[in-house]
Amino acid sequence: MQVVAYLVYLLASVLFIFGIKKLGSPKTARQGNQLSALGMLLAVVVTLLDQHIVSYEYIILGIIIGSLIGGILAVKVPMTGMPQMVGLLNGFGGGASALVAFAEYFKEADMGLTFEMSTLITIVLSILIGSVTFTGSLIAFGKLQGIVTGKVVKYPLQNPINIILILAVVAATVIVVMEPSNINVLYGIGAVSLLLGVLLVLPIGGADMPVAVSLLNSYSGLAASMTGFVLSNNMLIIAGALVGASGIILTMIMCKGMNRSLMNVVLGGWEDAGSDSGAALDGPQKTAKSIDAEELAMLLDSVQSVVIVPGYGMAVAQAQHAVRDLTNILEKKNINVRFAIHPVAGRMPGHMNVLLAEAQVSYDKLFALEDINDDFPNVDLAIVVGANDVVNPAARHDEKSPIYGMPILNVDYAKTVIVNKRSLNVGYAGIQNELFFYDNTLMFFGSAKEAINSLNNELKAL
Amino acid sequence: MENLDLLMQIYVFVLAIFVGFELITKVPPTLHTPLMSGSNAISGITIVGALLSAGAQEFTISTILGVVALIFATINVVGGYLVTDRMLKMFKKK
Repeated sequence: MQVVAYLVYLLASVLFIFGIKKLGSPKTARQGNQLSALGMLLAVVVTLLDQHIVSYEYIILGIIIGSLIGGILAVKVPMTGMPQMVGLLNGFGGGASALVAFAEYFKEADMGLTFEMSTLITIVLSILIGSVTFTGSLIAFGKLQGIVTGKVVKYPLQNPINIILILAVVAATVIVVMEPSNINVLYGIGAVSLLLGVLLVLPIGGADMPVAVSLLNSYSGLAASMTGFVLSNNMLIIAGALVGASGIILTMIMCKGMNRSLMNVVLGGWEDAGSDSGAALDGPQKTAKSIDAEELAMLLDSVQSVVIVPGYGMAVAQAQHAVRDLTNILEKKNINVRFAIHPVAGRMPGHMNVLLAEAQVSYDKLFALEDINDDFPNVDLAIVVGANDVVNPAARHDEKSPIYGMPILNVDYAKTVIVNKRSLNVGYAGIQNELFFYDNTLMFFGSAKEAINSLNNELKAL
Repeated sequence: MENLDLLMQIYVFVLAIFVGFELITKVPPTLHTPLMSGSNAISGITIVGALLSAGAQEFTISTILGVVALIFATINVVGGYLVTDRMLKMFKKK
């Protein structure tokens, strides 16, 4: 029976791998996710047949409660709330791993087993990573939901405190290994880890959440892997490692998209950006030109190619459907419409793509930065909807700018740039955007949804 | 022998990370959100450990921990897969 179980675990591992492989294309992605879910189902079913499982009441209770909560969350969450949702789910995964490690410790202690050193170390790692993921994700959720401040939070002695806490965990691990029966030390490790999760995520600013959520995603996988070591279960090790790798890759892509190191993001960088630099503030006062919906409609009537650059502002204003309508109207006029998506647009990797997919924009109209950037000189009109720092040309030439070196979408190379924004306010990096004052830039003021809708009405009236 | 087991597990861990890197670098940016929520659901695999603790013969503290872990992991698994499916359903080419 044990052999069968292990073979099914192997099958489940293979299904996870195939599932992720099929995420390589939007055509097969849904099937891939279903294969992965099938793997999970098989793993659960074969575990339920395990001879160590004798009472099913609590299992049924737990599965019903968990399924209800998970199911309701999955059905109810709006697409704009997806970053929070993923943040929260990361936390539950990490929390579960930490709890399983604790449970395993008690189980073995009750049976009077002597612990291997390696088991104790993996139990500690499982508790550490799982707990950090749990509270870190709750803070990330709070920041994305607006419950916790989205600002960069600095507290005194930030780094020394974190280093001391990590050293404390290391010291406690040594004590646990020498004296495995000392449960209080294990509780202490759990408590310190929970605190560490809060302290590590609190300093990270709202717009850096794509990095934080990716990193926590990676941690939740690593926590599962560590639990796999505790239970000597290769399936958990494999599944966790896949997720760990996924989160790390996404984290690196996000950091590259901002031209910042992981350390800089994690420590809450860009702190003094606003005061130190801001060439536009020191320079001669320039004025931005603006355009209203009626004029813009007439301008659009005369162009052939349009590229829309969505940003977090589109998500906040829930303007994705209005943008879709605009796309349809323009396409009816035989205008070529494409979307340029910056890797860090929004609050999580791929955030804009999901919102546009929700609004039924065909995914083949969505282009990544490297695929569209060289084409901007051939574009008649670039429309920036709720994006700011990712289109700031200062990143290309102003060495003093905090965002210098960050890859940006070269919208300023288009013949005309329309920037839809509520005001001339600074973006997340806290710097003025010189693009607003360019000769070929026209500001189209207003909240994204109302502004685009009024534009659509004007276009229809033409 | 025990050490050899651990060593084999480390082998599996390291190789799986490489498989993960190979697979995930091929996922296009447009699918990064579903990738994240879908892989997130996979990390709920720890549900297996939760089941073993929650269903043990005697009711102990590890049963309680197991049940809470089971609730957490189930939220992670069910919520993760369903929300990923909901998103992927929307990705259409016209």
